[in-house]
Amino acid sequence: MRQGPSWFNVTSLVLGFSFLYLPIVLLVIYSFNDSRLVTVWGGFSTRWYVELLDNQQLLDAAWVTVRVAFTSASVATVLGTLAAIVLTRSGRFAGRTLFSGMVYAPLVMPEVILGLSLLLLFVAIDQARGFWTIMIAHTTFAMCYVAVVVQSRLAGFDRSLEEAAQDLGCPPLRTFVSITLPLILPGVIAGWMLAFTLSLDDLVIASFTTGPEATTLPMKIYSQVRLGVTPEINAVCTILVAVVTVGVIATSIATKRHEVRRERDMRRAEAQA
Amino acid sequence: MTDRTDSGAAAAFAVPARKRKARRGAAGWLLIAIPYAWLLVFFLAPFFIVFKISLSQIAVAIPPYTPTIDLAQGWESLRSALAAFSFENYVWLTEDDLYWKSYLSSVWIAGVSTAITLLVGYPLAYGMARAPKAWRATLLMLVILPFWTSFLIRVYAWIGILKNEGLLNQLLMALGLIDDPLTILNTNIAVYIGIVYSYLPFMVLPLYANLEKLDTSLLEAASDLGCPPWRAFWTITVPLSVPGIVAGCFLVFIPAVGEFVIPDLLGGSDTLMIGKTLWTEFFANRDWPVSSAVAVILLLLLVVPIVLFQNQQQRSAEKDR
Repeated sequence: MRQGPSWFNVTSLVLGFSFLYLPIVLLVIYSFNDSRLVTVWGGFSTRWYVELLDNQQLLDAAWVTVRVAFTSASVATVLGTLAAIVLTRSGRFAGRTLFSGMVYAPLVMPEVILGLSLLLLFVAIDQARGFWTIMIAHTTFAMCYVAVVVQSRLAGFDRSLEEAAQDLGCPPLRTFVSITLPLILPGVIAGWMLAFTLSLDDLVIASFTTGPEATTLPMKIYSQVRLGVTPEINAVCTILVAVVTVGVIATSIATKRHEVRRERDMRRAEAQA
Repeated sequence: MTDRTDSGAAAAFAVPARKRKARRGAAGWLLIAIPYAWLLVFFLAPFFIVFKISLSQIAVAIPPYTPTIDLAQGWESLRSALAAFSFENYVWLTEDDLYWKSYLSSVWIAGVSTAITLLVGYPLAYGMARAPKAWRATLLMLVILPFWTSFLIRVYAWIGILKNEGLLNQLLMALGLIDDPLTILNTNIAVYIGIVYSYLPFMVLPLYANLEKLDTSLLEAASDLGCPPWRAFWTITVPLSVPGIVAGCFLVFIPAVGEFVIPDLLGGSDTLMIGKTLWTEFFANRDWPVSSAVAVILLLLLVVPIVLFQNQQQRSAEKDR
């Protein structure tokens, strides 16, 4: 059998990743285009970024979006982590099947259905729509993603550490805070980031659950895109791509370092024992 | 909470152990109740409301919808509401051919896109799984990264590439392959491209997870026995990767059926997809009962694939154990 990379594998990797990245790269390049015509190159310029700063509507929308994303990601992380613990740790309880069904269903449910159903709920309970309704809607579907991410972390978990702490008289809450949480922390952080970006990204559910005074950035981008491609939107998109990319890479490096340090500490502890 | 097996030394602490268990019982109950209650209120209850409104009389954009259910009046109110429910919204869905054409066309577009995504995603996942070990984490990261960047932005990026004076046509004309620009944007082809592009990570990740675990000694044995590589691929690798293929296909197909953003931005006015129809029915026509009925049917349409998917996940999880 042939060892090492074959020409076929290398070609499929190059083609596959070009397909994934070319559109994003082109978008970034054209955000620095001086021409108003999006597809004609008119020289390098940052004028669209400067014009963004004057676009108060867009900035307001961005601020609403960040606030919604931050709040819903935080609540979703707490709820999703609890759900993950319930799914991996609690044996049988009444309605377990319903519970796990409700955790997994939003992952595959079309957004139009989730959006419509939540809107009708808010109308039924006569709740004015706006910031809080979007936040509740985002929390609901994001907590399911958090649950799945944290669950995968809990699956490879050594429970003997928790048991040791409890045998030594550590109360459950303290065991959770000082043993369990640090061990699943990379999963919890990844879950929070996923929830944050999902909320930042969502157009459909926010459109259904919002009111007149809360417009999110995706809704703003969507309405402008429908009117035609504008270089300003390219600039907004580039900023978003940059923020997310830096965030994801930074966390993954931090997580990796944390893991490496932990492993080194473990090895040292073992060597001393 | 799962019981801890007390034995030997732990038995000496029997009393505190029992105390601990009682406390954990209350805490455990609370642990289950919080996320459970949230999902019941904000996920399950809304579906009942959708269902109820889909059976209500058409009343454009003015809730509440008759019949109303007054829980305070108990059974009497519920019974009269049940009697007043009508199926006229569902009858309407069968009368106007826009709806069933939308359903059929959604399933068709999602199916074709899923097949193309598999064709594009398999070589990529295979290449990743066969890459040197040191590279794999980076490659995996590269597949996940577009998933973190905005879906809307990634769909939007294709508009600049696919439109008549877009980059693709410019490139093809510069190469002399075509003389006149091709119309791709606002056709179903653009929708296929958009779905394949957006959902590619969903296909690649389960496939990669599956192919990476594949035992290469089987392939070595085949090649030692004189089996040519392509035949080994068809008779060994592909059958063993079926769970990954199935998982990937479901993950692409199910959300693609209800897709709204891609057909709306890349598709044309003749692109029918049920997610788009529901959106128009709701936001343009303001007909809430009919859009609820559309949602109920869409949900029923997806129940079978979702249940199949869950079964498949459960089976592969059991196999791993």
